[in-house]
Order: sequence, then structure tokens, then C-alpha cells
Amino acid sequence: MQDFVQHLVNGLSLGSIYALIALGYTMVYGILQMINFAHSDVYMVGAFAAYYAAKWLGIENQPGLMSLATLLVVSMVACALLGLTIERLAYRPLRKAPKLNILITAIGVSLFLQYAGQLVFGADPKVFPEVMPDITFFQWGDLSLRSSDFTVLIVALLAMVGLHFLIHHTKIGRAMRAVSQNSSVAAMLGVNPDRIVAMTFVVGSSLAGVGSVLVGMKYPKIEPLMGMMIGLKAFVAAVLGGIGSIPGAVLGGLLMGLSEEMVVAYLSSTYRDALAFGILIVILLLKPAGLLGRYQVEKV
Amino acid sequence: MLRSLKLPFLSFLGLIAVGLVLEFGFSAFIQITALFVLVNMIMAMSLNLVNGTSGQFSLGHAGFMAIGAYVGAYLSQHWALFPEGLTALNFFVYTLLGGSLAAVFGFLVGQPSLRLKGDYLAIVTLGFGEIIRVALLNMDFLGGARGIHGIPTVPDGFGLSRFMAQYLFGSFWVILCFFFLWRLVHSNQGRGFLSVREDEIAAESMGVNTTAVKVRAFVVSAFFAGVAGVLSAYFVRYINPSSFGFLRSVDAVIMVVLGGMGSFTGSIVAAILITIMPELLRTVQQVTGVDLRMLIYALALVLVMILRPQGIFGSKELRDFWRKK
Repeated sequence: MQDFVQHLVNGLSLGSIYALIALGYTMVYGILQMINFAHSDVYMVGAFAAYYAAKWLGIENQPGLMSLATLLVVSMVACALLGLTIERLAYRPLRKAPKLNILITAIGVSLFLQYAGQLVFGADPKVFPEVMPDITFFQWGDLSLRSSDFTVLIVALLAMVGLHFLIHHTKIGRAMRAVSQNSSVAAMLGVNPDRIVAMTFVVGSSLAGVGSVLVGMKYPKIEPLMGMMIGLKAFVAAVLGGIGSIPGAVLGGLLMGLSEEMVVAYLSSTYRDALAFGILIVILLLKPAGLLGRYQVEKV
Repeated sequence: MLRSLKLPFLSFLGLIAVGLVLEFGFSAFIQITALFVLVNMIMAMSLNLVNGTSGQFSLGHAGFMAIGAYVGAYLSQHWALFPEGLTALNFFVYTLLGGSLAAVFGFLVGQPSLRLKGDYLAIVTLGFGEIIRVALLNMDFLGGARGIHGIPTVPDGFGLSRFMAQYLFGSFWVILCFFFLWRLVHSNQGRGFLSVREDEIAAESMGVNTTAVKVRAFVVSAFFAGVAGVLSAYFVRYINPSSFGFLRSVDAVIMVVLGGMGSFTGSIVAAILITIMPELLRTVQQVTGVDLRMLIYALALVLVMILRPQGIFGSKELRDFWRKK
């Protein structure tokens, strides 16, 4: 029982990280109908930005709320700028191109960031600075609730609430929803779709930035290829929840995190990476629109 | 019958001539690169049938390649159909079987996933590719993460050096692959592939069973990807699951895109370029001191997409350039 609760907590905190990254995929997909393969590498750059910022500011060994906030801001800004640059330079020239070309461009950008990362940051793993003091809040037999899990949950929750507010209660959020429903009608009504797409990349990428700091806190080993697996899983989470749907991404992320934790705990850890794709394949075969997605009928 | 074999035979002679030049004029390093060119040619052409001609998108062809490679490697160590003296024939059998098992998997994978479109299909095939890799990692009788080493290679003899034997073996499959696919695409079946690519709804309303057509293309493509895998196992003589990762699939996609989607001669030219380019960039690396190869590679991919999205050849074939308009 204690074991189970412990896995539940671990799964939830892992899942909320997946959810944060999945949000970036789902937002871009909702607005452009493209898979932003480079999203996972934006996340990687966010982790390194936080790492170097901590070194530069000398707060590597001063865990606390202030360091957490600083690193979150640094990582979010870095990711947002990178996302904006990618959108402007690589994706915008291809706005009218066939989908396949956009997908291939996204893979190209992703590879570029990975190799540039290996070149600039070095291929060897680095240790992420300690962001929060490691306190055990609660101990009951094998069950221990630690500060890192709590921080992950709370920060992720705050980010999601912030996103919800942005999308449903601000002018720019309304414009985003309008463009994702019908970009040309939105343009006719005075929304500049290019600006809104750029905004979407900024918001999605900064969520990846939040995710990267949280992952760094939970699993403090960062390397240039760290984005690949977690990115694929987050993408699967987005598809599981219904790609394009924001609550769906959160739900999908949590389900992914929980199921992965349970498989590792009760079955075998060698299959943890195959699990994600297994889930994906089952979902796409049984309910291609995802759990909360809308099914779109194809018209001539 | 004889007339239809003229062109394949002539091109085989052409490849042999290139092989002789390589045999006597170049180093072992360039020779092994030439063997990789052959493997990549088959890989690119097979993927072109799915991504180019049929307009689907597979990102998991490395998985089929892995199946072929493992079948080829395992059989060559444990089973022989022909007796001593005819061992060369065995390798043709192994290659056929490797390709066939890959084709069976192609059917199993394609049947459910080809109902999906575009991005989804890409991700599902990627997923299948990864699952195959993870499954191989967990199979102890296939060496697990250590892989299989000491794979026998095509026997030399009749005065042929080992390189020449391997090269002839590879060339045979390249020719077979090219002319098989070429004639397939220009047949009744091939019109089906093209119709699915051009407009799936229109094709369906004209009575084309689109899923069946797509699965057929996928199975043929998986067969040749498997063949490419077997060849790579015999050329490198060592395989492990990580040699068939995601990047291998991306490599093939890059060749198809660079050569022009739907152009088989384009795929061949792109396979040559993409295989040789990293080796040429090695000299650049010696000048700059850092490994810029993959960076240039990735940047080239993005630039091609933005500046010349149709690839080098577009949907044209080589012969279209000297044919009168």
C-alpha cells in the first residue's frame, strides 16, 4: 500500500512534467497542424540555459525559492526566444508548403539543435544544480513525500493555471483560439495569424522551459540528447489526450507518467520506452482522435 | 523476355565497370564506402515507394532493415541450404528470407497503421521502428545489446577479391530492386499508388481500395528495406540494435527528399551524395578541428526544404532530362 502510494506520487510528478511538454506540442499542433519535432530540443536548451545561469549567478549551491524562480525565468526566456527564432526562420517560410515538407524541416531543426548542443555544451552529461533543498515532509514506512515532488506538482499546476487564464481570459488567448479554429476567418476579423502563431510558439516553448527546470530538479543529469525520449513520450501524451486539446494534453501527460511508473515498478524497466509507443499505437487504432479530441471529418 | 532484360543487364555491366575501377584504383576505405552506397541506394529506393510514389510517410524503415539484418546474420551462422562449393547461393537465399520476414512485418505493421495519415502515420511507424529495436535489445539468443559479430560474408572465389564479391552481390540486388520497383510503378499497380498519393478521396471514389494499395506498397518497400539490412550485415559483418536507430530511418528519409519524392533515379543520386558527403566533410573537420558534419547535414536538410522543396530531381527521372519535350 505504501509502495503503491509512493509510485502514485512519483507517477504524478513525472506525469505533470510530461504534461507541461505535451502542452507545447498540442498548442502548436492545434494552430498549425504540424508536429514540432524541435520542441524536445528547445526543452533541452532550456535545461542548459538554467545550468549555465546558475553557474554564472553563483546560485548553484543555494537551493531555495529564489533560485527556483530565477532559473525558471531564465529557462523560460531562453526557450521562448529559441522557439520564436525557429518559427521565424524555419517554419514561417514553409507556411503554405505540403505537410510532409514541414515535418521534414522540423526533423532537420531538431537534428540541428541536437548536434549544435553537442558542439556547444559538450556531449558529456552535466549535473544540474540543486534548486530546492531536499526535505522529507512526511515519512510513513516506505512512503516518503519529498520536497522535489511537491515542487514539481505545485509549479506544474501553477503553470497550467496560468495557461488556462491566458487562453480563456485574455485577448491574445481568444485570438489563439480563433486562429486555431479558422485562421483565414480570424485574419478577416483583424487578427494577425503570423503574430498569434509566434505567440503560440513563445508560450509553448516557455512551458517546455518550466518542464526542463523541473526535470533537472528531479533527475539532475542533463545532456544534449536528453530531449529525444522525453519529447517522444510527451508527444504520445499529447496524442493520447487528443492532439490540439489543452486539457487533453494534461490528462494524457498524467496518464503517461502514471502508467510508466507502474510498468517500471511492477513489470520491467527494459520495456519503459516501448510502452509509450505501445500506448500510442493502441490509442490511434481504437480512438484516433484521442481521449478528449474532436474527430474531424474529411471533406473534398 | 530477352529484350526486357537488356537494360538491367547493361546497367549491371556498368556497375561492374565502376567496381573494377574501385578495385584497382582506390583504397579499402573508399571501397567500403562504395558498399554502403549500394545499401543506401536500396534503402532510399524502397522508402521512395512509400514516401514518394504512394505519398505516405514512414519514419521506421530502420526497423525493417534491422529485421533483415538479423535474419541474414542469424541464418548465415546457423543454417545452410546448399552444400560446400555452392555457398554463394546460400547468401541469395538468406537475403530473400531476410527480405521476406521484413515484408511479413511490413504487412503486420502496415495493415493497422496505414489507415492513419500524414503526421500520425509518421509517428506510428517511428514507434514500430523503436519497438523492433527494443525487442531486439531484449532477445538474448540474438545477442541482446551486444549484437551479432563475426558474420560470414559473401565467399570470394573465381579469382574475385572479397571486395569484388561483396560488390557484385550488392550490385545484383540494387539492379533487381531498381527494375522491380520501376516496372511496378509503371504498371497497373503503380497507377494505384500514384492515385492514392494525388488524391485519396478521388481514388477511393473510383474504386481503388486505398488501404490495400497502401499496404501493398508498404510490404514491397519493407521487403527491400530488409534486403538492404541483410546486405549491410554482410558488408559490415557486425550488427547490434543501436545501428538501426531512429537516425537510420531519418537518413533514408533525407535521401528520398533530397533526390525528389517519387523519383527513383533521384533517390539513387541522393544516396550516393548522402553517403559520400560525410566522408568528404571529414577533411573539413580536420581543418576546423570540430565535428561539423552532422550540423551541416541537418542545416542542409532545412535549407533544401525551404529553397528547393521538390528535391534535386523533383518527380522527374534521369531520362526525362534528355528526352525531347
